[in-house]
Amino acid sequence: MRLTIRHQTSYKYSKPIIYATQTLRLAPRSYEGLHVMQWRVRGEGRHELPSFIDGYGNIVHCHTVNREHDSAVVTVEGEVETYPTDGIVRGAAETLPPLFYLRTTRLTTVDEAITDLALSRKGGPYERLRSLMEEVRERVDYVQGTTEATTTAVEALKLGTGVCQDHAHLFIAGARVMGIPARYVGGYLWAGGDGEHQASHAWAEAYVPEFGWIGFDPANRSQPGEAYVRASIGLDYWSAAPVRGIRRGEGEESLAVRVRVKDSAQQQQ
Amino acid sequence: MPEADDALALLTQIFDETGLPGDCLPQYALIRQWLDEMPRESIEHKRREAELLFRRIGITFAVYTEGVSPERLIPFDIIPRVLAPAEWNVLQRGLTQRVKALNAFIYDVYHDREILLAGKIPSALVLQNDGFRPEMQGFEPAQNTYVHIAGIDMVRVGPKDFYVLEDNCRTPSGVSYMLENREAMMRLFPDLYSRHRIAPVSHYPEELRDTLRSVAPVNCEGEPAIVLLTPGANNSAYYEHSFLADEMGIELVEGVDLVVDDNIVYKRTTEGLRRVDVIYRRLDDDYVDPLTFLPDSMLGTPGLFNAYRAGNVTLANAIGAGIADDKAIYPFVPEMIRFYLGEEPILANVPTYRCSEKSDLTYVLEHLHELVVKETKGSGGYGMLVGPHATKAERELFAEKLKSRPHDYIAQPTLALSTCPTFVESGIAPRHVDLRPFVLAGKEIRIVAGGLTRVALRDGSLVVNSSQGGGTKDTWVLESLGHAQSHRG
Repeated sequence: MRLTIRHQTSYKYSKPIIYATQTLRLAPRSYEGLHVMQWRVRGEGRHELPSFIDGYGNIVHCHTVNREHDSAVVTVEGEVETYPTDGIVRGAAETLPPLFYLRTTRLTTVDEAITDLALSRKGGPYERLRSLMEEVRERVDYVQGTTEATTTAVEALKLGTGVCQDHAHLFIAGARVMGIPARYVGGYLWAGGDGEHQASHAWAEAYVPEFGWIGFDPANRSQPGEAYVRASIGLDYWSAAPVRGIRRGEGEESLAVRVRVKDSAQQQQ
Repeated sequence: MPEADDALALLTQIFDETGLPGDCLPQYALIRQWLDEMPRESIEHKRREAELLFRRIGITFAVYTEGVSPERLIPFDIIPRVLAPAEWNVLQRGLTQRVKALNAFIYDVYHDREILLAGKIPSALVLQNDGFRPEMQGFEPAQNTYVHIAGIDMVRVGPKDFYVLEDNCRTPSGVSYMLENREAMMRLFPDLYSRHRIAPVSHYPEELRDTLRSVAPVNCEGEPAIVLLTPGANNSAYYEHSFLADEMGIELVEGVDLVVDDNIVYKRTTEGLRRVDVIYRRLDDDYVDPLTFLPDSMLGTPGLFNAYRAGNVTLANAIGAGIADDKAIYPFVPEMIRFYLGEEPILANVPTYRCSEKSDLTYVLEHLHELVVKETKGSGGYGMLVGPHATKAERELFAEKLKSRPHDYIAQPTLALSTCPTFVESGIAPRHVDLRPFVLAGKEIRIVAGGLTRVALRDGSLVVNSSQGGGTKDTWVLESLGHAQSHRG
């Protein structure tokens, strides 16, 4: 499947600010399930941004505006070809061994409720992960606006509502309790048609020795396929965050995000 | 399980570094004579003079004790600690070897992890350790060096028995005391000083600057611009930060003085922005850059880590160097030396029980009365138990902690640390000492002969940390045992 992505974030400040800097993890790397045909990440003034590869193997772009400004735009544009892999991630840049991904973080700390939820799954590792994915979605309803970027897995389960980020955290926390390495994935999802619905997405990957890393999308109760564009991985949202930023100045920030993921082949027909 | 018997055997006798009574070792001959000849009132007088001197310089150390003013003077003991040339020679070779291995280990854990694959260190101990920073995976630091400044804590239990107690690979402090103590001794006792041939220490700042210069980023052209990044005046070691910056002739900056633009670090000056190539940072990893690490830290500079990772600036010490000085990793340093250098360790480790190991924990719980128990994440002598000196209630409380969080503790036999004559209320008495030499690593390894000698001022106390009432001494490494022929500076 050929997908084109256009992701534009426009920042506006109520008063001019003097400095802003961002770390962007918005660029996929090729692996067996995806081939990057072209990809550009541009910042304010439309200049190409400097980048490096981080410890997880993600491409990181850095965006800095070091002058007085009251607006800024970040534009991500690209085209990829995706292939069906049944969620199995092969040929990706693996920098850290699976064992590392058993480490807990603040966002994926477990309590008794998560431990019970995870340890009551039955079957082999893969069956238990499938069941965990279903259970996570069952227990946490998809409701926007009830959680924040800092909401933990424990909090999301208590609340019973959340978004894909919360589903991913809960799944990761549960998998790690089972002794299965798990990690957070940020990226894009083509949700069908031409819509902008849910185009920025988050899911999880778990390590099962017989398959290697394999994707699970608890929010959609499915395993990532051709509609998914994998852009960043990490221990949790915090380390895989698509955008992290800091600014200096008094102005209040408001932002508008437009993400379009289209099936290019369909468009041509 | 370490072999404890050897170490326990060493407990039986306390070694005084001056030698046996009536049989003074040659390196202490002049000191002994000087002490014997000096009238008691004169010593008292000199001690007050020393205290005034330190107050005037303003060398203080913030001590975190409730209800006490945090800024106070660290007591300076006017009787120097002396090391013979042969003794130092062994230390120097051992320290060089150890710091080489520590740097090789850190490079390895952030690259191919061969030492883990070879089964020499349990993988989980490294990969699940908070000191292991995934952000550093695959990064290539200049000269493959992570620990540019190491403070290696040594103790001694016999004439030839030195042990490494701890490796400090993050932001070790105390070198300013090494320099100031020497300065004070030269002023207070010029005659005694000039009668010895003492290896100088005053060139440490130059050596440090040369080391920092040698680890400038590969793409740095011309003379690298070096700054010292401090958390600010509230930090316990602020005096040292400003002192070292001054001595090296580099600028002392705080996080807000730096700005990162397109992954290049600049210092704000009245004439605009000036590029920075090397940062000697005395700020912990967590606080260096709120964009990558602790988001609410106000101390660092946003974007600094990105600039570092992009290869445009050097941070000394490197981020993630703490994996090498974790107390749970410490027991494996001798193995690192064999693995990376193919050599036998010159300096010994203290036998260490890892409470995360079931058999070790059982042993520790049964022998709490004779062990020292430390938190793997602790430093500065906080949160430790000295078994032989603890009450039964204290030991029971600690046993509970060990059982509930065994991974957080290690235990070691209580070593009978060597003593040196020290000026105390009752006159001159032996007190336990340790030694922190500073090892500089860049293009090459440099060690200034000497270090910081810390002394436990309370009778029988084995805790030398300044935060626990310890004092310091000047450390004299003799270049030869003969009397000096001429006056040396």
